[in-house]
Amino acid sequence: MNAVAVDGVWKFYGDFPALRNIRLEAPEGGCLALIGRNGAGKTTLLRTIAGFSRPGKGRIEIFGKEPRDIQARRRMGYIGHGISVYDELSALENLTLYGKLYSLPDPHRAALEWLERTGLARVAHGLVREFSRGMRQRLAVARAFLHEPSVLLLDEPFTALDDRAIAVLQSLLRDGLAQGKTIVMSTHQLREALELATHVALLNRGQVAFLGPCTPEMVSDPGYVYARYGEGG
Amino acid sequence: MRFARLVWVVTVKDLRAELRTKEAINASLGFALVILILFSFAFERSIEGVREISGGLLWIVFAFAGTLILNRSFARELPNDCLDALIAAPIPGSALFLGKAFANFVLVLAVELVSLPIFGIFYNVQWTQQLPELMLVLLLGTWGLTVIGTIFSALTVNIRLREVMLPMLTYPIMVPALLGAMQLTSALVAGTPIGPDTSSWLKMLIGFDLIYTAVSLVLVETVLVG
Repeated sequence: MNAVAVDGVWKFYGDFPALRNIRLEAPEGGCLALIGRNGAGKTTLLRTIAGFSRPGKGRIEIFGKEPRDIQARRRMGYIGHGISVYDELSALENLTLYGKLYSLPDPHRAALEWLERTGLARVAHGLVREFSRGMRQRLAVARAFLHEPSVLLLDEPFTALDDRAIAVLQSLLRDGLAQGKTIVMSTHQLREALELATHVALLNRGQVAFLGPCTPEMVSDPGYVYARYGEGG
Repeated sequence: MRFARLVWVVTVKDLRAELRTKEAINASLGFALVILILFSFAFERSIEGVREISGGLLWIVFAFAGTLILNRSFARELPNDCLDALIAAPIPGSALFLGKAFANFVLVLAVELVSLPIFGIFYNVQWTQQLPELMLVLLLGTWGLTVIGTIFSALTVNIRLREVMLPMLTYPIMVPALLGAMQLTSALVAGTPIGPDTSSWLKMLIGFDLIYTAVSLVLVETVLVG
C-alpha cells in the first residue's frame, strides 16, 4: 500500500503553476527523497501533501485519506523550515503541548522521553528562547517524532543542523524506517538523503523529471540524477 | 469532550505565552489608560455629559485597545512557523479558533476591567450602579469584538500590513456590536437598568455574537488552509 499518493496535482500561485500534474507515490516503509533546484516546487509539494494548502487540481492521499482528515493528520509528522516550537515556553511545555494536541495518553511522559532521546533532558525546563540553535533543532525533531507518526514529511531536514543534530536525526530516521515508517523528504543535501532513500523524485520547474528507485550510482555520485535527468542531462 | 479539551489546551497555551512576554497586554492596557486619561482632559466633565458619552467613549477605547491584543493572536504563531505545526496537528480548525478566541476574550476583558475603575475616577462617575447588567454587556460586547478580531487575525496573519488591515477590516463589521454595547453601557452607567427601551440592543448584541461565532466556526478551516 502507498502511504502517500499524489495524483495529477497542480498548484497555482495566481496564474503561475508551481506544481504541474505531479504524480508520485511513497510506498509504506519507504523513503522518498524529493530533489531539485531552488524553485523546483519541492517545498510547495511537501506543504500541499501536509495539507497546509489545497491543490488547485488533483488528489493527495495519506493512507487513503485526504491530508486534512483528522486521522491522516494524526499519522503525519512534519518538519518544515521553522522549528515550530514556542520561544516563550520551556522545552517540556512545548512537547507537552503538542502531546496534548495529538491526544497522547500521557503527554508529559512522552515529552520527557523525547527530551531524553534528543539529549535535551537537562534543559527540559529551560525556555526555548535561551536555547542554542542546535538545541532548538533537536527540540524540533523531538516535536515531529513525539506522536510516533507513520509518515514523516521533512522539508530540508538536514539544512543548518549541527553535527549532533544531524546524527540524532539520521539515527531517528533509520530507526523509523526499520519500524516501517514512511519518509518523504525534500533536500539539497543529497549525500545524507540518498543514504536513507529507497526512492528518488527529481522535480524540475514543478514537474516530475524522474521518479524511480534509489540506485547505487545515485548513492556513490549524488550529482548523477541531476546529470542524467535534470536540465541539460 | 475531546473538542473542549483541545480548546482548553490552545487557550492555556496562548495565555501562558502572553503572560510570559506581556507584549500585547501591556501595549493594550497602556493604550487604554492613556486614551481614557487624555479624553478626561478634553471633555466637559458634567455628570450628564459624561453619562451621555460614557458608552461611546468606553467601547471605542475597548475596541482600539482590544485590536492590539487581537493583532497578536495569530501573529504569535509566525515566529518559528508554529502555525504550520498547529495546522498539521489533528485538531479541528474550530477548536483552534475557539481556543484562541477564549484567550483573547480573557485578555481583552482584563484590560476592560482595569480600565473601568480608571474611567470612574477620572470622569467622576459612579459606574457600578447596575454592575451585574453592565458585566453582562461587557461580556457580550467583548465576545463580539473577540470573535470578529480572531477570525480576521487568522485571515490577515500572512499580510505584511496586518496591523493596519485588521482594524480596517474589523471595525466596519463590529459596528452593530459596538452600537448595541455603547447604547446599553451609557444607560447602565447612568443607572438605568435594561428595560423595554434598551432590551432590543441586548437582543441584537446576543444575535450578533451567535451569528458571528457560528460563521467563524464554519469559515475558519477555509481561512487557515484555503
